[in-house]
Amino acid sequence: MLNSKNEKLITLVEKMPAFPKSVQQVMQLTSDINASAKDIVRVIECDPVMTVKVLKAINSSFYGLPQKITSVQRAVVHIGMNTIKNIALGVAAMGMLKATNKANFNTSDFLLHSLTTAAISKLLAERLGLSSTQCSDCFVAGLLHDFGKVVFAEFMPDEFKLALEKSKDQQLPLHQTELEFIGLSHSQAGKMLAEKWELSDELIDAIAHHHNLDPSQNVLKDCVFAANQISKQMQFGDGGNPLIEDFPEAISTRFGLSLSAMCEALGDLAAVKTEAQSFINV
Amino acid sequence: MKFKFWGVRGSIPTPGPTTVKYGGNTTCIEIRTDDHDLIILDAGTGIHALAQNLLKEMPIQAHIFITHTHWDHIQGLPFFIPIFIPNNQITIYGGIDPITNETINRALSVQLQYSFFPIREAQLNARIEYATVKPGVPVKVGSATITPIILSHPVLNFGYRIDCDGQSLFFTGDYEPQLNIYNPEDDEYAEFQSFVDEKWDEVVLAMKDVDALIVDSSYTNEEYASKQGWGHGTYDSGIKLAIAANAKKLFFTHHEPTRNDASLEVIYQSLLQNNPKSRCELLLAQEGVDISL
Repeated sequence: MLNSKNEKLITLVEKMPAFPKSVQQVMQLTSDINASAKDIVRVIECDPVMTVKVLKAINSSFYGLPQKITSVQRAVVHIGMNTIKNIALGVAAMGMLKATNKANFNTSDFLLHSLTTAAISKLLAERLGLSSTQCSDCFVAGLLHDFGKVVFAEFMPDEFKLALEKSKDQQLPLHQTELEFIGLSHSQAGKMLAEKWELSDELIDAIAHHHNLDPSQNVLKDCVFAANQISKQMQFGDGGNPLIEDFPEAISTRFGLSLSAMCEALGDLAAVKTEAQSFINV
Repeated sequence: MKFKFWGVRGSIPTPGPTTVKYGGNTTCIEIRTDDHDLIILDAGTGIHALAQNLLKEMPIQAHIFITHTHWDHIQGLPFFIPIFIPNNQITIYGGIDPITNETINRALSVQLQYSFFPIREAQLNARIEYATVKPGVPVKVGSATITPIILSHPVLNFGYRIDCDGQSLFFTGDYEPQLNIYNPEDDEYAEFQSFVDEKWDEVVLAMKDVDALIVDSSYTNEEYASKQGWGHGTYDSGIKLAIAANAKKLFFTHHEPTRNDASLEVIYQSLLQNNPKSRCELLLAQEGVDISL
């Protein structure tokens, strides 16, 4: 039963529209023969749906690349700017996600949460002195960590609405109430989709376990976990989960700071929020 | 291994008195193994004259490798006469388009439609098969091994390396080496450049030590300044590839359609002057000339 439900979800997600501002920008940039490649890449990089479509295409078994590709920029080098542009155009042709849906899930607030988590995750990766490629991967992992939620809002709005309401009313973790009403948490749904799309193992793991408090080797997952809490602490947008987790010991050890100390150490993150908003407000 | 250019022109055929020497047909290259197996690279308008030449050896087995599906590389397919004649066996190889998810059979079927062509696909009498090739996965044809690699162009484009009878040839299809899309002052510049460099190394490795390197050299440097991102290389980018890959002979092809025989030769002379010590022999692709490696 669950499997056929999952299969259906996978099929539905193929037709998933992207966020309004990026759809608008892609339409505009792809109508301008002089539009710069980096502007188009930037728009795709800040939209979870478009990013996923590009990564799905480049990581398909057809290309048989020795390493999975986790960044849109890298995909450009492998399959060319025009192909990437046309993938984005294909997504844009699906229409746009509505700001409100039957689940009462605000997709603008969601995107702000995702984008700020992505940016903070990258900042944390830079603090850890990771390579520039790993820092970019942390951005992508942050952008996609809650992808399952927007899928639920679009395709299972009634059940997701109940999960959102119970989580808010009883201050329970959203992934817990999702299990109750949908039978699948957003991290499980994200994992299933990411596996189907043949994304990199680290990225799949970061999406699958971004609520898991156990110690892990995956630095991507740790950056996303921490960035998720920081974004919520700063009240940047809203991913629908009212609970903020303190850093478990493994995360504190990794970064050498607690959640509150890290929020202080990062200083004023207003610029992160402002930049993210520039990709959201139509 | 022997080969012959049947089409050397980019974009559109350019018949007429000013292109007689080098030729005006769009891309098509015939390769023969020592056992006389037939490999054809691209099906531009040049494939029509090749087909006429093949009529005397029917029935044939032909292996047509399509670099990409832009019109000038597939336009001759419906005019490849062997497709209409029983007992011929023709295999057409190509990739899966990442945008449409269509396989290479579309290159022919899209042209054989009522409005565009009088004959339907179902009416072709030869045995026609389609094969999907994947980057890095070699295909065998007789004694030849053909290995595709993705090269940057505005549509999925394969460069093909053919290793055969101890010799080797590489054809880029249409190829513009990837440029950095960022400016040096952008934060992303250095990282993107590392991706570009990595891909360049992969490309050079794919054509390493070939006896003949056939490159898309549509533009001069001056022309290229206003044509970046159009998906084509320059004479100099071809030379740079050939030197890096240690190719023995470099053939410039995909001649720009406004270029006549005289202007091609002017460019060629300046290339020879500017590269006097090149260990690689520089040559202009010319239709109808047999080349033995």
